[in-house]
Amino acid sequence: MPNTKTERIVIEPVTRVEGHGKVTILLDEDRKVSEARLHIVEFRGFERFIQGRPFWELPVLVQRLCGICPVSHHLCAAKAVDGIIGADELTPTAEKMRRLMHYGQMFQSHALHFFHLASPDLLFGFDAPVEKRNVIGVIAEHPDLAVQGVMMRKFGQEIIKVTAGKKVHGTGAIPGGINKNLSIAERDVLLAEMDQMLGWSLEAVKLAKGYTLDNIDWVAAFGSFDSNHLSIVRPDGAMDLYHGNLRAVDSMGDSIIDQVDPNDYLDVIAEEVRPWSYMKFPFLKKLGPETGWYRVGPLARVNTCDFIDTPLAEGARKEFFEAIGGGVGAPCNVTMAYHWARMIELLHSAEKIGELLHDHDLQGEDIVVPPGERREEFVAMIEAPRGTLTHHYRVDESDQVTMANLIVSTTCNNEPMNRAVRGIAEEHLSGVSEITEGLLNHIEVGIRAYDPCLSCATHAMGQMPLEVTLQTADGQTIDRRTKP
Amino acid sequence: MPNFRTLVLGWGNPGRGDDGLGPALAGIIEAQADDGLTVESDYQLQVEDAAEIARHDRVVFVDADRSGPEPFSCRRLAPAETGLSFTSHSVSPEALLKLTGELFGREPETWLVGIRGYDFDTFDETLSPRARANLAATAGFLSDALRDGCFEERPGPGRSESTCGGRPADSEDVK
Repeated sequence: MPNTKTERIVIEPVTRVEGHGKVTILLDEDRKVSEARLHIVEFRGFERFIQGRPFWELPVLVQRLCGICPVSHHLCAAKAVDGIIGADELTPTAEKMRRLMHYGQMFQSHALHFFHLASPDLLFGFDAPVEKRNVIGVIAEHPDLAVQGVMMRKFGQEIIKVTAGKKVHGTGAIPGGINKNLSIAERDVLLAEMDQMLGWSLEAVKLAKGYTLDNIDWVAAFGSFDSNHLSIVRPDGAMDLYHGNLRAVDSMGDSIIDQVDPNDYLDVIAEEVRPWSYMKFPFLKKLGPETGWYRVGPLARVNTCDFIDTPLAEGARKEFFEAIGGGVGAPCNVTMAYHWARMIELLHSAEKIGELLHDHDLQGEDIVVPPGERREEFVAMIEAPRGTLTHHYRVDESDQVTMANLIVSTTCNNEPMNRAVRGIAEEHLSGVSEITEGLLNHIEVGIRAYDPCLSCATHAMGQMPLEVTLQTADGQTIDRRTKP
Repeated sequence: MPNFRTLVLGWGNPGRGDDGLGPALAGIIEAQADDGLTVESDYQLQVEDAAEIARHDRVVFVDADRSGPEPFSCRRLAPAETGLSFTSHSVSPEALLKLTGELFGREPETWLVGIRGYDFDTFDETLSPRARANLAATAGFLSDALRDGCFEERPGPGRSESTCGGRPADSEDVK
């Protein structure tokens, strides 16, 4: 007979992830975990907000909705608008400037996550005092790492500034191309730091690898589970973070879909709605909602690609699979391996930035192509730092957007994060009547591996409470903790 | 190169109504920028801002304020770890000062200007009428303060917390 009496432990919001989230753990009367849910307060209203706007505004408009990854939205919308106006092939200068912007975004985002969000957990352990488990703690014991994190983040932001025009409301990508090239002076400022950034990226891979292998006894199982993996890849199977076709593999590495044009995504992907969350749950139609959910982001991308086309990152990828892969041709399903995979992508981004900065096409004057055959509908995809990002638009004859569907990376990782939370909760929380800081952080660490972006919240002064509440199923609060 | 450098850093999301007050003020001040003044704006404060802060003698953070006094407040800030462990979504100004000191050995004179806003729960690129009025009042205050080198707490104890005269006694020349 099923238990009907349950208690809920609510952790709200999750710390050191982007935005706000709330974790609910349902306990049965034996204090065992019956269910775990990550509630994401994503405001879906922006898709409605976009309707009625002129489509050429999209690249600038959509980035204003997110303070975390505006560049990814900017570029994905620009790619979609290219498709609508029939600009199917950009000039080399435009394509490479956009790629430089994108790799700059990837570089700064991955550096921030690893050095300033994840490293306190990795360096000090999950049960370390909370006052130590932050970037000041890292500075105190590992000042070189803290400085590296700041300077790598700054380098990526400088790339965004010179390619997008400015940090806020960048306008670099326009329909059919870009609005500026890279000057020699801008290039030389970045090149002066390139060797240092590449060296620090190599060290970051080494650090993530060392941490993973030194702790493999428990890392391998922490929040881990078999899953499908999805990303876009280049036609030859190479990792391509800017452009490609959809590929998904199962937990054994067998192909589920491959080289699916983003415009055909509705043939292979559907989104399930569940009553307790604003977020949708995407799944592969071929497998259905029960088993068709998938992971996206660095781990998925390393798993789906056949190779990486930059030598240092490719070497790191091979080491990764030799050490922690699931066997010949099989992907890695270790959740905490996201950190290692993320640093491989950091290194790949640094190599790509270096390649691009030495490419004279960036100083080209031919930056926009004329419109071609107009389309009423287009779908663009890009690999954002957190995973596959989809922008799907329909427009009418007066150039107004009539439909927008955006599937963001964190939405794709919705089900995996729920599974991670449940697995961790089952192991660490069952039978415990009080939430300790260490136990709470185990759950947060599991979620943080995915680097989720939980909302496009405003941030004005006077907000940001952190409250942990223990509730019974009928909503009665039996315990509450607040974090400073 | 000027020997006393001021940074004005406004932050917020201009696509979320009055949350854009910080960047809006930065835009106004930028038009008045001279050799000794740097103006930056961003969606949020982040760790790399510590490197920029370290290059300046005086820093003025500008943010929207949900519940502060009208039309604005101005207060002196000191380094603190506040907000560091909570979220990366918005590193607090105090935490950034702490980072600046720890990483770069610099502690510039720092002020936080909070402009009272009212409408934060919208996807709208315009400021509410009352916020616009508060922005104008704040722009006048900040322009005068930057021109005269005279900052003081508003509302607050006044000149006992001011830096009138332009340059704190313990500031160092930027190398």
